[in-house]
Amino acid sequence: MRESRTLRWARPVVLGLLALFTVLPLYVMAVSSIKPLKDVQGRFAWLPTHVTFRPFVDMWRTVPLGRYFVNSLVVSLAATVCSVAIAILAGYAVSRYRFAGRGTFMTAVLSTQMFPGILFLLPLFLIFVNVEKYTGLRLYGSRTGLTVTYLTFALPFSIWLIAGYFDTIPRELDEAARVDGAGPLRTLFRVVLPVAAPGVVAVAIYAFMTAWGEVLFASVLTDDATRTLAVGLRGYATQANVYWNQVMAASLVISLPVVVGFLALQRFLVHGLTAGAVKS
Amino acid sequence: MARTVTAPGSAPARAPGRPSPRRPRLAKALPYLLLAPALVAELAVHIIPMLVGAWMSLLHLTQFFIRNWTQAPYGGLTNYRVAVNAHGPVGEDLLHSFLVTVAITAVVVGCSWLFGMTAAVLLERPFPGRAALRTLFLVPYALPVFTAVITWRFMFQRDTGMVNALLSDQLRLAHGHPFWLLGDRSFAAVTAIAIWRMWPFAFLTITAGLQSIPSDLYEAAALDGAGSLRLLGRVTLPLLRPVNRVLLLVLFLWTFNDFNVAYILFDQPPAAADMISIHIYNASFITWNFGLGAAMSVLLLAFLMVVTLGYLGIGRLRSRHA
Repeated sequence: MRESRTLRWARPVVLGLLALFTVLPLYVMAVSSIKPLKDVQGRFAWLPTHVTFRPFVDMWRTVPLGRYFVNSLVVSLAATVCSVAIAILAGYAVSRYRFAGRGTFMTAVLSTQMFPGILFLLPLFLIFVNVEKYTGLRLYGSRTGLTVTYLTFALPFSIWLIAGYFDTIPRELDEAARVDGAGPLRTLFRVVLPVAAPGVVAVAIYAFMTAWGEVLFASVLTDDATRTLAVGLRGYATQANVYWNQVMAASLVISLPVVVGFLALQRFLVHGLTAGAVKS
Repeated sequence: MARTVTAPGSAPARAPGRPSPRRPRLAKALPYLLLAPALVAELAVHIIPMLVGAWMSLLHLTQFFIRNWTQAPYGGLTNYRVAVNAHGPVGEDLLHSFLVTVAITAVVVGCSWLFGMTAAVLLERPFPGRAALRTLFLVPYALPVFTAVITWRFMFQRDTGMVNALLSDQLRLAHGHPFWLLGDRSFAAVTAIAIWRMWPFAFLTITAGLQSIPSDLYEAAALDGAGSLRLLGRVTLPLLRPVNRVLLLVLFLWTFNDFNVAYILFDQPPAAADMISIHIYNASFITWNFGLGAAMSVLLLAFLMVVTLGYLGIGRLRSRHA
């Protein structure tokens, strides 16, 4: 197939512009994180006057970034573990059984994705406050409350993704295990799950990313002690005198693990995410 | 157990999920038991709050009743009347925010789709650096939203930001150093950031869609002498239609509902960038009038559902007549 001359000429130009658009903020983040403070307080320059790694040290002292980090990490990990476990069970049911309400369940779960978060936020806040009033169980302002909330955010896509992976595993494996006397749960955990491990890891990364980057609910459902990075970093950047080099250094440190994780497993994730979007 | 796994062919042909003879009732209930945790979680965080929200929208739920909301006086449709009254201050602001959100969403969805489509088509055939570009284009999607938007916030600073340095000082496309995060230019700022975050998803989805188009279709069309542009119009776009249909809907919903960009970019969003989610958020938490906020949220959901169902319905009608 021959290509027109226009296309051959347009390809590098258009792709170059898109790459520039994509890379500019990433470059600004990286280069500003190694600039001394006076560089980021004056006119923007493409290169630092001298390279310094002080921002990466100082950022932990200017605001309680360490505490935010721990909060984000605890909540995101707990939400990931719970949502992956729940999604494995639900995904197995959807993939291996035909039962009444199966289609409705999958559609309903996915359609919760479309609802605006603000719709749940006010009632959830109210419910959390009142649950504490009547039962003493602290949800508002606690990591538990945030974990419960986050685990449901990743759940719809996780169930779709895991059910999709399970579908690709031949049922003969299940049947062989069953003939051998294994019950359904044993079959799931000993036979199906090990084969689906890469898919499960990809789903875990997705769930972690969802919780790690969530802003809206964290801004309302946390207090000073349980503040996550999303809210803490915004507070850092809205002070009257912002140490932008430290904010950029913190952003870099916060972003790196999830970006690396995503890119490492992109093949599994990309396939599942787009399949989920197209199927829906 | 591993031994039997190696011999899958020996399994008898019994459909999985058929009740086992020993415990028929349990086997029948099993799928529902497996779904129960997911159902409970969805009920607790999505369904029940939604119903509570619908109920709240009928109450005069102000700050005095947050801790005993069941005692808030019933107000019927008062909150809705206040929200849709375009002549009152509350309704006027809500309408303005709605229109701003529509405009931002239109630009963002259009550009994101166009960028994604262009990049996916241009990256379809292999060349050196293709894999690197594909990976690069995915990074904005993988980046946590708040670190990305905070970086943009720094870039849009008037005196120390990269945008003014580039546009005014280096490219000389603009005079002086304008404010990007105040006044009307905030519309451009929010839109640019939303496109930057959104188009990689369009790219990803369209790339996956292109891979499912059999290459012999292209070859057949090319043998007939079709040029690149005609191939795009005659083969690629029609075959991508199911993918595009869902993609546009998802882009629309995500952009329209987006809270993060405006919340992180501004201390208080200017009128030109007052996206609807953050408008409702501020209206609720600044005045602590949760009943009114809930009414606005319900109206938003109703609008989104009408658009979604209408969009899917039109698509179905069209495909039936085609």
